[in-house]
Parts: sequence; C-alpha cells; structure tokens
Amino acid sequence: MASPSGTPTKITQGSQTKGGIGESTLRPDGTLKVTGEFAYSSDMWHEDMLWGQILRSTVAHAEIVSIDTGEALAMPGVYAVLTYDDLPTDVKNYGLEIQDTPVLAHGKVRHHGEPVALVAADHPETARRAAAKIKVDYRELPVITDEASATAPDALLVHENRDDHHAGHVPHPNIVHRQPIVRGDVTAARERADVIVEGEYTFGMQDQAFLGPESGLAVPEEDGGVHLYIATQWLHSDLRQIAPVLGLPEDKVRMTLSGVGGAFGGREDLSMQIHACLLALRTGKPVKIVYNRFESFFGHVHRHPAKLYYEHGATKDGKLTHLKARIVLDGGAYASASPAVVGNASSLSVGPYVVEDVDIEAIALYTNNPPCGAMRGFGAVQACFAYEAQMDKLAVKLGMDPVEFRRLNAMEQGTLLPTGQPVDSPAPVAELLRRVKAMPMPPERQWESSEGADVRQLPGGLSNTTHGEGVVRGVGYAVGIKNVGFSEGFDDYSTAKVRMEVLNGEPVATVHTAMAEVGQGGVTVHAQIARTELGVTQVTIHPADTQVGSAGSTSASRQTYVTGGAVKNSCELVREKVLEIGRRKFGSYHPAWATAELLLEGGKVVTDGGEVLSDLADVLEGEAVEVEAEWRHRPTEPFDLRTGQGNGHVQYSFAAHRAVVEVDTELGLVKVIELACAQDVGKALNPLSVLGQIQGGTTQGLGVAVMEEIVVDPKTAKVKNPSFTDYLIPTILDTPTIPVDVLELADEHAPYGLRGIGEAPTLSSTPAVLAAIRNATGLELNRTPVRPEHLTGTQLSEG
Amino acid sequence: MDFLRPASWEEALAAKAEHPTAVPIAGGTDVMVEINFDHRRPEYLLDLNRIGDLSEWEVGEDSVRLGASVPYTKIMENLRGELPGLALASHTVASPQIRNRGGVGGNLGTASPAGDAHPALLAAGAEVEVESVRGSRRIPIDAFYTGVKRNALAADELIRAVHVKKADGPQQFSKVGTRNAMVIAVCAFGLALHPETRTVRTGIGSAAPTPVRAKAAEEFLNAALEEGGFWDNGQIITPSVAKQFADLCSAACNPIDDVRGTASYRRHAVGVMARRTLTWTWESYRGTRRLTEGAA
Repeated sequence: MASPSGTPTKITQGSQTKGGIGESTLRPDGTLKVTGEFAYSSDMWHEDMLWGQILRSTVAHAEIVSIDTGEALAMPGVYAVLTYDDLPTDVKNYGLEIQDTPVLAHGKVRHHGEPVALVAADHPETARRAAAKIKVDYRELPVITDEASATAPDALLVHENRDDHHAGHVPHPNIVHRQPIVRGDVTAARERADVIVEGEYTFGMQDQAFLGPESGLAVPEEDGGVHLYIATQWLHSDLRQIAPVLGLPEDKVRMTLSGVGGAFGGREDLSMQIHACLLALRTGKPVKIVYNRFESFFGHVHRHPAKLYYEHGATKDGKLTHLKARIVLDGGAYASASPAVVGNASSLSVGPYVVEDVDIEAIALYTNNPPCGAMRGFGAVQACFAYEAQMDKLAVKLGMDPVEFRRLNAMEQGTLLPTGQPVDSPAPVAELLRRVKAMPMPPERQWESSEGADVRQLPGGLSNTTHGEGVVRGVGYAVGIKNVGFSEGFDDYSTAKVRMEVLNGEPVATVHTAMAEVGQGGVTVHAQIARTELGVTQVTIHPADTQVGSAGSTSASRQTYVTGGAVKNSCELVREKVLEIGRRKFGSYHPAWATAELLLEGGKVVTDGGEVLSDLADVLEGEAVEVEAEWRHRPTEPFDLRTGQGNGHVQYSFAAHRAVVEVDTELGLVKVIELACAQDVGKALNPLSVLGQIQGGTTQGLGVAVMEEIVVDPKTAKVKNPSFTDYLIPTILDTPTIPVDVLELADEHAPYGLRGIGEAPTLSSTPAVLAAIRNATGLELNRTPVRPEHLTGTQLSEG
Repeated sequence: MDFLRPASWEEALAAKAEHPTAVPIAGGTDVMVEINFDHRRPEYLLDLNRIGDLSEWEVGEDSVRLGASVPYTKIMENLRGELPGLALASHTVASPQIRNRGGVGGNLGTASPAGDAHPALLAAGAEVEVESVRGSRRIPIDAFYTGVKRNALAADELIRAVHVKKADGPQQFSKVGTRNAMVIAVCAFGLALHPETRTVRTGIGSAAPTPVRAKAAEEFLNAALEEGGFWDNGQIITPSVAKQFADLCSAACNPIDDVRGTASYRRHAVGVMARRTLTWTWESYRGTRRLTEGAA
C-alpha cells in the first residue's frame, strides 16, 4: 500500500553560521508547530482506512462474567470486534519490564479504564457507537487502593501466581518491587544527633498531560506484516512488545515515528499500538486510532503518587547525622516502570547531601488504582519533595538559614551516594544554591498601578478575588539530584547511522537514528553535532524508524547524551573513513596527510594548524561514506537486593530553585511570582533549547505544586477528573518569570562534557514552591499539590 | 442527529415547536462539550447562528437588551459602563477563543450553577426574554433557575435576549478557581449596589444546586445601611456589619464536596468574596477609589 499522508519526511537543515554545538540553532519543526502545519500522528490519513475504538472497563476491579459483541458486530460499517479470545498467539500480555499487562482483559479487569474489546469501523462515530453496544457483565470485587488494603492479611492479590523476577524478594505479592538501602550505622549516628525531625509526606498523582493524545495508524503489508506509524518514546521497545503478540517476526513489523505531541514519560508504555495492528491484520485495511482527551487520561500511565516517611537528624552545628526513610509508591494495577522508579526513589532519597548513615526502603504497590510509571523526574521527584521539606524543618529547628544549612551539607565531587557509589563528576550543589539566592528579588506589590490593582499580577488573576487583601509573600528554596540515563546495569545503548556524500557539488551529511523526537529538540542537536564533527553545513535528518538500530528511550534525560553520543561516535568513524579516502586520493600531494592531526572544517580537510589540504567535495567525489554503529555510556551495576549497594548510576543532573510566591491567605489562592533556577548542564549544546527545557521543567513542577492532580475515589478506585476542565495545568498567567543561570562544568566522561538536563528542574521546582507557600502562611503543608482548602483549613467535608 | 438551520427567528420558533427536544446551539461552547463527552445525544440540534439579531444589543433608558448570542468579548469591550458586573464576569469565562463564541444565552440555557454570568445577572437584576410560537414572555431572573441544570423555559421556547438593568451604582464580581485564568468556578459571587432604590443585590454561583441570591444577607445589609444612614453619610461600613453580611452570604450557600473543592471551602470563600466585594463597591460608592474593578 502507498504511504499514508502525514508521514514524516526527511528534514534538511542548512545554517547561516557554522551551526555547530554551542550555537542556538533554531528547531526545524518550530515554525511548523507554531503555525499549525506540523503533522502529528493524529493527522495521519490513509485511503480506505478504518477507525479503531477501544472499549474500556467502567469499574476498577471485577471479574468479567461475559462479553456479548453480537449487537456491535451487526452494526453497518463495523468491520471487526475483537476480544481476548481473538488474540492470535499465546503471547497475550506485554510490559516494559514485567509482562503483566493484558492486551485485552481476560476474565478480570484490574483498573478503571482497562481495555476490554476493540472495534474497527468505517467512521469514528460508528466505531464509538458500536463499542458502546458491547455488553460486558462485571462481577465487582473489593478494590485495593493503598498500602493498608494491599498488604492486609486477607487482601485479594492484584496478580495471582506471579513469576516475575521480583516476585521472589518482595514481602507481599501486592508489592511489585522493594529496594532497601542500608549503609553505616543509623542507630549510632542517631545518638550523635542534637535535633531530630520527622515528616510524613504525600505526593499526588500527576499526569503528563502531553497535548497530542495517543494516536497511530497501522497499515497491513503485502508480506503479511504491518507498518505502524506511531507517536512513541522508543520505537524498538514498542517493537519488542508488539511483534510476539501479533505472532510476527520483528522484521515484519515496520515502525515509523510520526509526529509526537509531547511525551514526558507517558509514551514509554504501549497504548494503542497492538490494538491498531490487530485490527489492521484482521481486516486487511489500514486502521487509525486516536484517543480523545478523556480516553488519554486512561490510556497512559501517570506519575506514581507516594507516601514518604522521613526522619533526619543533625548536630547543633548543622551537620546531618542520618536518614531513615520509607517511600511507598502506588504503582497501580500493572508494573510498567515501577521497579525502576523504586530504584531511583531509593537511591536518590537522600538528595544532593552528605549523609553517611542511612536506612532506606522504597516499595511500589500493586493496587486497583490507575497504573503508574514513567514521568519526568521518575522517582526522584517524589523524594525531592520530602527531603527538601525536611531540610527546611531542620533549618528552623537549628535556627539556621535554610540555604546555608543546605550548603553546609551539600554533596560535592567524590561524595558517596547511599549506594556507596562515588559521584565522579562535578556536583556544584552549594554553588547552585549560592547563585539562586544571589539573584535579585522581584519587586514587592507589583500589582499596584496608577489605575488601581492589576489583578493579573495577583492571586486569582482575572477572577478578581483580591485587590491586595490577604496577600502575603513567601520565599522558598530547593535543590535536587536526578540520575541521567538508564541505571542499575541496563544496557543503555544508542545506534546512529551517518552518511556523508556530495550532492550538487556540496558535502552533505545524513543522520539516521531511531530516536523519538518528542519535542525535546534532538533533531536540532543531531544536526549540530554532525556539523561540528564533519565540517559540513547541510545536514539531513532521516525520519526515525526501525530500519536502523535502537536509539533507546527518549527519557531519563538521556537522548542528547546517548544518542547524541552515538551520532558523535558515528561521525568520528565517518571522518576517519573520509580521511582514509583523502589520504588515498591526495596523500601524495602533501606530507601533512600522513603526519598532521586532520580536521573537517568549513567543508574542507584542514590540519590542526589550519592549513587547508582539500575540499571535502573533492575527497568525496564519487564516493559515499556510511557508518552505522552502536554507542554505550559506561556500564552500571544493579543495586544489591538487601543492602542497595552498587554503582547503579552513570551521571547526575543538579538544579536549584528559588520560588517567590504571593498567597491570598484568606482564599488560599497562590500566585507564583518568580521561579529562579540555577542548573549545571555540563555543556549547553544548544543554549536556547537548554533554556526551554529548564523553563518547561520548572513549570511542570509548579503544576504539581499548586494544581495538577488526578483524583481517584478511594472507595471505587475510579478517576474523578479525566478532563482538562478539572485536571488543571498551568496557563501563561500561572507561569512566572523564570530567570535561569546556567553553569557549564564539564563531565569528563560524557560527550562534549554534557549533562542530561530535561528532568532536574522538575524536581526542585515543586518543593521550592511549597517552601515559599509555607513561608507565606506558616502552615506545615505535607502534601502536594496544595489546594485552597489546605490553606484555609476547610479540607474536611461538612457532612 | 439532525442539524436544523433556521434562517430567521420565526423559522427557529417553528422548528422548536415542531421538535421540542431540539437543543439550541449558538457558540457551542457548552453544547459541544456535552456532545463530545457523549453526555447527551440530542435528536436535533437547532443552529441559531444565522439569526443575526441574537448577536445584537441595545442600550435603553433603564436596561440593556442583550441578544442571547452576544459574545462575552463584546460585553467586555462595549458594555463595561452599563453592565460592570457582567463585564467582569465575562472576563473570567474560559479563554479568549471561547469568549469570542459563547454568550449569556448559552449560560442561561444550560443553567449550570457554575455558569459565570448568573451571579452578575442575579445581582444586577434581569429578565430573560423567551419566546415560542405561542408568544413572548419575560421571566424574572429570580424565577429562572428551577433546579440543577434546569430552567423555567417551556419545551417549545427559545431564549431571545436578556434585559439587564443598567448599573445605577458600583458592581463587582469575584470567582474562585484553582488556576489564575481559564478555570471553571469553584464558587463565585456577584454584588451590586443600587443607590436609586437603596438596596443591595447579590448572586452566588457554584455553591448551591442553582445560582442563588443571599436574600437574608441582602435584607440584613439593606436594613443596616438604612439604619446607620450610610447611603447618605457615605461612612465606611463597620467591620461587624461587613462580617455579618459575609456570614449570611456563607449561610445562603448549600454547597457540595466535589473534585473542584469542598463544601466548607465554598462556604468560606463565598464569605470572603462577599466581604471584599462589599468593601470594593462601597469604597467606590463613597468615591474614594478611582477604580474598583481591578485594571486588566
């Protein structure tokens, strides 16, 4: 079949300047996105295509007594209705790490909104109508919603007969994974403490709220295979999970990345991929599935809500003595990324501080709540919220300035993590705090103008709730640590294919990877790397697909590091080959070909002394050079299952925030005035993109501080606010000015010295805002997001 | 679903008479959400967009006749002097795109307690002009809201316009949402001073099954202002009076706990807004404040 419309095409990017790393070259997709011309996966279209629709469970936990598809199948325009019984092979589950997620529910549903049946029809409305006509008879079961109900003696098991690799070491089958970290002697260290602070913290369920809902198009191919055009974060991970369910070898499932409208972790797991392929293979027609916003809230995993129990001690001169921590993450009905989130939450639970004696435990539960998995910050976010609240409590108790107290305990290069791993690159935690504190404060009472109160500058904004009454300013600080890349011994490699040739007399490089461009700007950076390494101006970025090796996931702040590293590496290999050709062709004309260090610059081969030896066009005339190679960062190790010791991480990212808020203390409304950030990025490959990442991450952290939360009814485990009417994300009026101070302290182990940057600002933003609100109100505020009722003492119902 | 597109008001009335279940649609900012969420699936949609008259307004001697489809943007831009409370409420409706499409007729038709226009209409005093093939009538706003998302319209009637009393004194509108823009109301409050009649009127949104007035609070305040000669002496309202007014406004609420807020927060917040809006309007009445609406 012909390619559908909306298929991604090659993007050739020229540059007026050198356009190499360190320059703020503009994104090739920027103008298209701003003007509405960019083709997202939901815009794809194929002649004669059908529309797929998923029927989802209306209850959270139930046995399926029966499913009657008769009436749906009889509807005109309906081509197929599929249930579990129609799955073609013995592989009926999928999952990132544990294959516990049914493609379609079998005998039981475990969360609200679980896929039960599929419909393909010639019109989306027909497909929806037909799905509504499928009759599912549920026998409801009690719901498991928290640690107490999950581990009660008579608790139902969310998954019976577990045989995954965590099953053997967890204390209860409703615990996905448990990671203790024990180091030093907490009992002895506790004796040395002059002050002890304890806290119990709650982190709400945040949604990624990417703007482009899940969508894709599956096109059956003549060889019996299928071509899936899809918005995802990791093509090859999808492929590994899809192919066995379809009963196809991986080379018969072709995948092409289509336009992705944001991800933030929510596209690491499969959504409609297998469903669309099943319907396409069953009907022999292309099938498109697009979720609407309502379905999207059920169609991807969320950030783990968490309960965190912390006890810190400190000496009277302000040195931390110990940490006892227990972190309970709610993984919901299926494992998704829960084990890795547990690993991050536990290993980073101390934060960027020196604490030698620790007793830490993190677990993730199986419950009947919505499944939770990857989201920007991934376990480190929840921990940062708790340890930063603790730092403020300790500072108060010691009568110290909160920033000075943090600086006194800040980790530095060489500090051991609680896992015993030394931090082997710059860790400028104290410096970031110093910088963020030194930034000028925004002026007071900015709402006052000659024309009266400018309500846009006040809590409540245009809702006109205050003209200054009840408004109190508060300031808060926070700093965080995030690991970069996949940890715990994962083989975290990327592949890049780089080609260099002469087109129309000009040397051109083509970069082909399977990296998912989800909005992070990877395609811009790849072109910059190719220009820097190969001395060309014109770089073509090939669409991402599975015709090239895996690029790993666009997550864990890893793509610039790892796939960027792979592009750099392949460019270097291409350069060697180009120079070999040059030596072969022209070596006899100039001795420097054999003796000097040679570079590719400005379309020429030059010596390190700057002497031009040849035009690249002449070297490459009649020859094309192509290299596809895998590239790996330094290996990591798993954490010991009893002690948590091990060199589990490869790199860290640090950011600090100062939040300035104004709170209407009578109405409990908050206006964040400014969120100043200082972050070490190692090397800013594209300074403008760095700024965008930091400001975006900061804003996403603000969201979960004051508004973003998926509310799940504890009695039914059903989602109460699956819409943008009631799941609120910050608007521009909620987004403060975000001055950013960027440090570039190179990590000698990483390409160009860079650090992954995308997640760290999401960590410290939330606790900084909470600290500022506490500062303004004097309230303890142990949960996030904080809502008006928490600030006004009206959280209890009247009934 | 059939889509009816009458070219004139008369045709629209005839269509509604013939198909009483038809759902009128103008800006579509409420109806389309309901359809997209599959919350309702009307047999007929009655598109009123070809009837230009509905998007016009007329400023009379005592009141403004506001066509049912006049978009909120126009109210903000053109009627701030005559209808300051409604203009402030219009400011808080959703996003600029939706304010360009949505109008007061839709708010009245849906009659959701969370509609932003209701507290302003209740406080200002208004009549809803409705019509059917049987004739035209005006429903006082106090009698318009009959239940949760129910109004006093007969099945064959359409909302043609709303007649809102021109402000004869300062008016205010406040709304609590958990975001600083583009947010549905957790609760809202409207207040209008009517110096000509020496009365105060209120409107409460999202804190009872229907939009309501805080009548006991109004009566208390009317009496207190009269007793103290405040309308004449222009003195600052004593804090105890303001507090009692606020408490009575809270007491007029009959709120629920839901995902947007708790009942006790709503009751509390209505009291705070009542006290503040009373202060702002009264300061304005006393002439000591140059601008009371908040500049935006």
